[in-house]
Amino acid sequence: MNALLLLIPIALLLGLGGLALCLWAARSGQFDDLDGAGSRILFDDDKPIRRTKP
Amino acid sequence: MTAAVALQLPPSVAATQACCAHCGATAPAGARFCCGGCEAAYAIVRELDLDSYYLRRTLDPSRPPPRPDKVDVIEPAAYAEACGDNQYRIELAVHGLHCAACVWLVESVLGREPEVIRARLNATTGRLSLAWTGRREVADRLARRIAALGYRVAPIAADDARAIGDETAGLLRAMLVAGFAAANVMLLSVAVWAGAAGEMGAATRDLLHWISAAIALPALLYAGRPFARSAWSAIRAGHANMDVPITIGITLTALVSLHETALGGAHAYFESATMLVFFLLVGRYLDRRVRGRARSGVAHFLALSRVPAQVIRADGRLETVTPAALSTGDRMQVASGDRLPADGVLVSEATLIDTSLLTGEAMPRTVRRGALLHAGTVNLGPPIAVEVTAKGERTLVAEIARLVAEAEGGRAAYRMLADRVARRYAPTVHAIAAASFIGWIALAGADWRDAMLVAAAVLIITCPCALALAVPASGLVAASRLARAGTLLKSPTALERLAEIDTIVFDKTGTLTRGRPTLIRDGIADADLAAAAAIAAVSRHPLSRAVVEAASTVNPRTDVTEHPGLGLEAGAVRLGSRAFCGIDDRADAVGPELWLARPDHPPVRFRFEDPLRSDAVETVRRLQASGYRLALLSGDRPATVRHVAAELGIEDWAAGLTPAGKAARIAALAQHGARVLMIGDGLNDAPALAAAHASLAPALASDATSGAADAVFQGERLGAVVSLLDTARAAHRIARQNLLFALAYNAVAVPLAVAGGVTPLIAALAMSSSSMVVVGNALRLDRRRPA
Repeated sequence: MNALLLLIPIALLLGLGGLALCLWAARSGQFDDLDGAGSRILFDDDKPIRRTKP
Repeated sequence: MTAAVALQLPPSVAATQACCAHCGATAPAGARFCCGGCEAAYAIVRELDLDSYYLRRTLDPSRPPPRPDKVDVIEPAAYAEACGDNQYRIELAVHGLHCAACVWLVESVLGREPEVIRARLNATTGRLSLAWTGRREVADRLARRIAALGYRVAPIAADDARAIGDETAGLLRAMLVAGFAAANVMLLSVAVWAGAAGEMGAATRDLLHWISAAIALPALLYAGRPFARSAWSAIRAGHANMDVPITIGITLTALVSLHETALGGAHAYFESATMLVFFLLVGRYLDRRVRGRARSGVAHFLALSRVPAQVIRADGRLETVTPAALSTGDRMQVASGDRLPADGVLVSEATLIDTSLLTGEAMPRTVRRGALLHAGTVNLGPPIAVEVTAKGERTLVAEIARLVAEAEGGRAAYRMLADRVARRYAPTVHAIAAASFIGWIALAGADWRDAMLVAAAVLIITCPCALALAVPASGLVAASRLARAGTLLKSPTALERLAEIDTIVFDKTGTLTRGRPTLIRDGIADADLAAAAAIAAVSRHPLSRAVVEAASTVNPRTDVTEHPGLGLEAGAVRLGSRAFCGIDDRADAVGPELWLARPDHPPVRFRFEDPLRSDAVETVRRLQASGYRLALLSGDRPATVRHVAAELGIEDWAAGLTPAGKAARIAALAQHGARVLMIGDGLNDAPALAAAHASLAPALASDATSGAADAVFQGERLGAVVSLLDTARAAHRIARQNLLFALAYNAVAVPLAVAGGVTPLIAALAMSSSSMVVVGNALRLDRRRPA
């Protein structure tokens, strides 16, 4: 049973990592526009919007 | 994909027909554009090297073409928000998006402006979030840039925008956390159950219980808040909704499980509690997302009504102010094609006013000096001066919005089926749990810990997972099925109310009919039509547009002058009303008409009709066959309404009604016990829509109308009404079956739990299987053949 002491924390950490990733995705608005996201990849722009450094 | 196929065509294809190269509407023969605005828009796109837009796009014929109008370039700079050093951001509503290519075009055009840091247009909500460096006023230039492409832009107050997004975002986060907790706790619980056969020691079991508690308790605290909040506000209002037993069940389960874990007991119910919360959150999140979309439409409408005003000062200067800064008695100037920012009295001689936003009637009205004009209407004539009589909250638009809010307040009293069940269910369940707790101590002599465990098992087994899913599951399946067919449900109780309908009331213009005049071609020579179209091409009047649309070739004349309310004049040729053309024909005019008078030619009469939607007659017949009572309420003239009613076979009709009059008629019907479905499109229908038991609006209706309606249908076909009502009835039937099943399940499970025979394993199995049966039954709805 000693293996549990190692395996359970590992499993939970991996799970927490996934959760953190999902929460980050939700917070950065990746679920806001499910219609647009699908078609956005069809419009590969050669000259993307420039990111100016603040 | 369409984009891939289109890419192989030469760019000139779009221009070979008499179609405007930019907006796709009919263009004069030989010309590439229908108007100067489109030519300018095309030039912008070419200049930025974005012409692939024209190949990639698919124009939606049911939406207005992307034609740049002078109307509604609202200067949004005042709404910009400073964020950080020398940076601003703003949320804009963009109207008139057709497809993904439009989104791409807007983002690309903005992205090439040197100041822009971020330009992201949400295709789902039509909301553009824009950030730039430099001065606040840059926003005005950027907004004009988008407007020049043919889209309408309006600023959204940041608060409006946030309020809509916040609730859904919160539910999504809660759902993710609950999902994580449910999966991991279940994993641990399965280990406990498997080990219960004998191999697992008590210490290991306790460890797994403690880990479960460490995951489940924080997750429940976080993810359970939406239910707790709703339950609390229901209790404070003095009634019980489904969230009350949910909240109590979850709380007690968590506490008892924690207590058991602390004492090293064999049973803990953490997995049941987290699973329950997760299932319920999934349903609630999906439901809110559908409705959030509808609500943002309303917010966008409010944004569009904020038109800046041009005030004429005493010294003759023109000054641009916000509508809020107007005061009664001010004189404002309204340019040709502009929307009125406030109600007022016309000071100029005469003009043409498009009132379609208010009445849904496509035909503009001629108004003379002294007439009262309403905010939101559009001046189609020459520039006019108007003296302000009311603004903001006091205008007709605001008045209608108030009527809508009032009527909706009445409808909020409607109790959902699930809530009606919950009201009886919650006290019963809690009484049984309490009774079994006392019973086990008093009758069986059990110690209080065992009795508590039995009571908790009762609460878990009855925790209304199946019951709480029974109605939403069928509603969700029905809503997504309808959404695929183009009908969007907005209100959570819409399906239930639609299932109870027995009377259907239609508006005429734009609902039963297409809402725009079409030329009757009978007996009109092609040469006459071409001559008329050559003159009509310059005018924005709907009748002129209809003439141009009907003509196969158009060679616009440049020497045309427009006389508002009368007609058009080009040299000796006149196109316009009977009197304007000097015709002494006493023939009866049934609908709108235009006369073409030329020297040496007999005058030609053009007659127009507002044709019925293609399947209106069939739909009315099918509804009548299904036993619905039908009525027609219109603001139009009696002669026209009588004609349409006779054509459709609707016996009960009324004409010339005001917005309040329509709502009163609906209320009268409701008083006689009828459950009324109102179908209408104009802003004048909005109060009636809100007053009816349930309501439906076409998607092309003004946004305020769609805001008041329970459901919105897209496309040309009125048959959507039949399938909506069919689906609503089927969904209601399945919801009832589900409820019956959930109650039957409880009838079996509760005695078992009271008798103390439910372990966590049995509870989890019973709960998930009953939920799956309910969801499975709801999915049956999706497999029915379309009506």
